[in-house]
Amino acid sequence: MATTTSRSAPDDLPQTPRDLMPVLIAPVIALAALPLIGSPTTWVTLTVAALAMGMMIFVIASGLTLIFGLMDVLNFGHGAFIAIGAYMAMTVLGPLSGWVQSDALTLNLAALMLAVIAAMIGTGALGWAFERVIVRPVYGQHLKQILITMGGLIVAEQLIHVVWGGDQKPMPLPNGLRGAITIGDFALEKFRLLAVAVGLTVFIVMQLVLNRTKVGLLIRAGVENREMVEALGYRIRQLFVGVFIAGSALAGLGGTMWALYRETLTAAIGGDVMVLVFIVIIIGGLGSVGGCFLGAILVALTANYTAFLAPKIAVASNILLMVAILMWRPQGLYPVARR
Amino acid sequence: MSDVLLVLDGVHTHIGQYHILQGVDLAVPRGELTVLLGRNGAGKTTTLRTIMGLWPPSQGTISFDGRAIGGRATPDIARLGIGYVPESMGVFADLTVAENMRLAARLGPPDAARLDWIFGLFPALKRFWQLPAGLLSGGQKQMLSIARAIVEPKALILIDEPTKGIAPAIIEGMITAFKELKRDKTTILLVEQNFRFAASLGDSVAVMDDGRIVHRGAMQALAADSALQTRLLGLSLAAHQ
Repeated sequence: MATTTSRSAPDDLPQTPRDLMPVLIAPVIALAALPLIGSPTTWVTLTVAALAMGMMIFVIASGLTLIFGLMDVLNFGHGAFIAIGAYMAMTVLGPLSGWVQSDALTLNLAALMLAVIAAMIGTGALGWAFERVIVRPVYGQHLKQILITMGGLIVAEQLIHVVWGGDQKPMPLPNGLRGAITIGDFALEKFRLLAVAVGLTVFIVMQLVLNRTKVGLLIRAGVENREMVEALGYRIRQLFVGVFIAGSALAGLGGTMWALYRETLTAAIGGDVMVLVFIVIIIGGLGSVGGCFLGAILVALTANYTAFLAPKIAVASNILLMVAILMWRPQGLYPVARR
Repeated sequence: MSDVLLVLDGVHTHIGQYHILQGVDLAVPRGELTVLLGRNGAGKTTTLRTIMGLWPPSQGTISFDGRAIGGRATPDIARLGIGYVPESMGVFADLTVAENMRLAARLGPPDAARLDWIFGLFPALKRFWQLPAGLLSGGQKQMLSIARAIVEPKALILIDEPTKGIAPAIIEGMITAFKELKRDKTTILLVEQNFRFAASLGDSVAVMDDGRIVHRGAMQALAADSALQTRLLGLSLAAHQ
């Protein structure tokens, strides 16, 4: 076999293009909104609320974008995991009401942690069953995927009515997470700060897994060209089941956070937020976790600022945002190479 | 141990309503480089994809080293020691060259000596090691695709039109690489339209037309017979020069 060649000088290597334009949109929107809103205090409140909302949407959407990217599966049933995760968390928080209402933050967080773990395990297991029973027979058939996963969502919502009842449920925030931290004139709600921290943690962990582990490499490669991953000898179906379970568990986590954010819970909570989730994964670039993160922030900023400045067009604001972004970048902000 | 590593016996493949392979009979001798020639649409790529399990055969048997592999899942076929270089090259553009190679080394980190050997064959890969593969030129992507297939020793490598659209200088590197693989007794099934390239490497040859093998024999014999080349391929080796 031949010997090693010497390493060439790196100065004439092509540079990795850094596409920062999409990242700049969020600060541009935020700064443009400041003079329109007028009051810096209100602007900070709205911005932090938007970041919290964006992080929760990201947590929910991140799994879905990978599920689509990796196996081309349109899972409209993702909303079921959001709702069931929230109901499972509520079920755990009920008997722990003493901890929830305690003034000790550690007990509050312990109760919340147990609720989140239950929600994630429950929705992860449900995701495993959902993939096996509902999704697996319709791989490669988009129309059937939409119909059957939509059907799965409806069945799940009806099962929630059967198990937990059809009325609206309260989902009280733990005592220690109520109220706001005041810094100067700015009041930052504690739960929103927690939501931002959770969202950032999920994003960082996903980035580490996707970029630093072999499983992550396989997921990224599979999103781009799953046939070639299989031709290298990897059983991508097993990988996909793992991603489906993880994505469902993240939906459970996001659903719990979303229900606590709204402090109420209905069976339709998942379906309601799915419109935003789909907008986020489309404008982010299907299969792109970074795009999903950015898309969630943009959607939330637009929704919050518009609701304050022009409530009449708030409902349509995210559709308009999606149209504008897709006219600029038809494949989304950070398209995956194959798409 | 049989002298034949891969055998296709009466293999048919349907893609949707199209009947592409219509009874392919092919034997690939162990340790040799077999070239599969034929005009566009003859079924060469479908043959490789059917062997890899990317399209299941609808009829017939495929056996590799005495084991039936027809209809098995692609990862299971690859794990038997079959490398595949598709016509599209299949590099992961968002991953770096290093990450592409790391994935291709399924059994563990790439062996340092083997990497050195690959860098000797394709120096550009060492130079662009930490760059996203999407930034490579077409020829460099082809080098990466071949390098991935050989980063671990393989019993059989299926290569689909590696010279398509590639600069002559890079083709010379490929010829060297394939000759070294032949010296290592790696069995290669090469689909090729560039007859000159194929003739310089091939031990045996099979020519396809309309989803069937219409000629089998030694490459040397076909390379020396202009009339046969013209009858089978439409033009002779001389026309390629």
